Amino acid sequence: MKRKLVYLKNVTTLSFKENKCLGCGMCLEVCPQGVFTRRNGKVEVSFRDYCMECGACAMNCPTEALSVKKGVGCAAAIINGFLKRKGTHCCTLTPEGEGGKGNATPCC
Amino acid sequence: MEVLAEKGGEMKKAPLGPFLSVLSPAALQQFNQPFVVGEVSTPKGAVPQVSSRLTFRDHWGTFKARWGIRRMDYKIVPGLYALGNPDKESPVVVTANYKMSFDKLRGALGNHDAWILVLDTKGINVWCAAGKGTFGTEELIFRLKITGLEKIVHHRNLILPQLAAPGVSAHEVKKQSGFTVHYGPIKATDLPLYLKRGLRATPEMRQKTFSFLERLVLVPIELIKALQIVFIAALLLLLLGLIRNKGAFNMTDPHNVFLPILSLLWSVLWGAVLFPLFLPFLPGRAFSTKGIFLGIIAVTVFSLISLNYIDSTIENVLSLNLVMLAAITYLAMNFTGASTFTSLSGVRKEMRWALPLEIALGVFGSILWFFSFLTA
Repeated sequence: MKRKLVYLKNVTTLSFKENKCLGCGMCLEVCPQGVFTRRNGKVEVSFRDYCMECGACAMNCPTEALSVKKGVGCAAAIINGFLKRKGTHCCTLTPEGEGGKGNATPCC
Repeated sequence: MEVLAEKGGEMKKAPLGPFLSVLSPAALQQFNQPFVVGEVSTPKGAVPQVSSRLTFRDHWGTFKARWGIRRMDYKIVPGLYALGNPDKESPVVVTANYKMSFDKLRGALGNHDAWILVLDTKGINVWCAAGKGTFGTEELIFRLKITGLEKIVHHRNLILPQLAAPGVSAHEVKKQSGFTVHYGPIKATDLPLYLKRGLRATPEMRQKTFSFLERLVLVPIELIKALQIVFIAALLLLLLGLIRNKGAFNMTDPHNVFLPILSLLWSVLWGAVLFPLFLPFLPGRAFSTKGIFLGIIAVTVFSLISLNYIDSTIENVLSLNLVMLAAITYLAMNFTGASTFTSLSGVRKEMRWALPLEIALGVFGSILWFFSFLTA
């Protein structure tokens, strides 16, 4: 049995600027949700509601045609963020010091 | 061997090869891991060799991590590893330093000879680390530099798991290191076919699934986390029973403290075990909606059993129903973090109504139960 699991409608912050797109297809390659398709050589956002805002497409788009407010869809992380918990707690939303040391809040 | 002792942990000494005497402390630590079976010499010195055959110890480690035992400290030393007997032309696959990620990768590669570049993700799996940026462009470039990979292989190709893409910018890696990032399949088990097809994935390999089995393996950790909270609540209830022992420890008394403890365990069964398993079949899109649906079934069954077979009062059962509904919905909502298809914007949206509802149900139910307990 294969069933496509889809989350809430019309919530994603994904935005696609068609005029900037070169059609390299990186987004099609990295998207784990199958949001994009290619029609007549052009990339299209065909399944917006499949987007889980992981940020892979934006990260790998060489022309910045794609952007998304990247984040983890994790209730615990949001609660931790709200309670301003850091460090020992598992998920947090804003890792301090991007890519730096000491921001590793193990989890997931 | 001072350095080895200093690190602690595994004290088993790796057999010292001709290259080891010139290795840095960090490299020595890499060799001094139980799954290292030998060494492969390269222009950059000895590289620890690993096998694709997983031992009982590896499987046991995976099992323990699934149950939350030393899960946050299940890591290996970052750096380059040789799977089998790779040479200058062998593929380079990149992974996280979560031991389970590393094991899944080497286990899947079977008889392939390959270089495995392990990034320092602080012991976190690929996808989560990529989400946080620890499995990122910067760390990859850094690791390439300190391992001297460009001297070890002739080609300039790296195979990364597709799920590393939220943290890695392929064009940036190319610009800064000269290496081309190829995003491989999501599942390590698809790697042999991906390699055979000349680094081309099938559309199926690129889609994240969340099958029954994939949900089932998440149940233990959800269960353990929930039971920890129940354990504390149970202690409080028992303490409450001691303070007021009139019938509190008598199962046939309607106001005993065992029924609330049972109701919490019941909530955990439905919220942390059955919810993940039934996820695709529950109505609604928000996890909390699905949770309420499952919760209503759970409290209905609980009420029928407790009213018919255990002497309990209506207000007692009703108050516990509210608490159970709150707990199950909360556990369901919390599963968004473990699931594979929820977005931050979406979870924020559902929490705006679900969290107040859960708190209201929980607090109201608890107060109601407490008063019926006191006035008994």
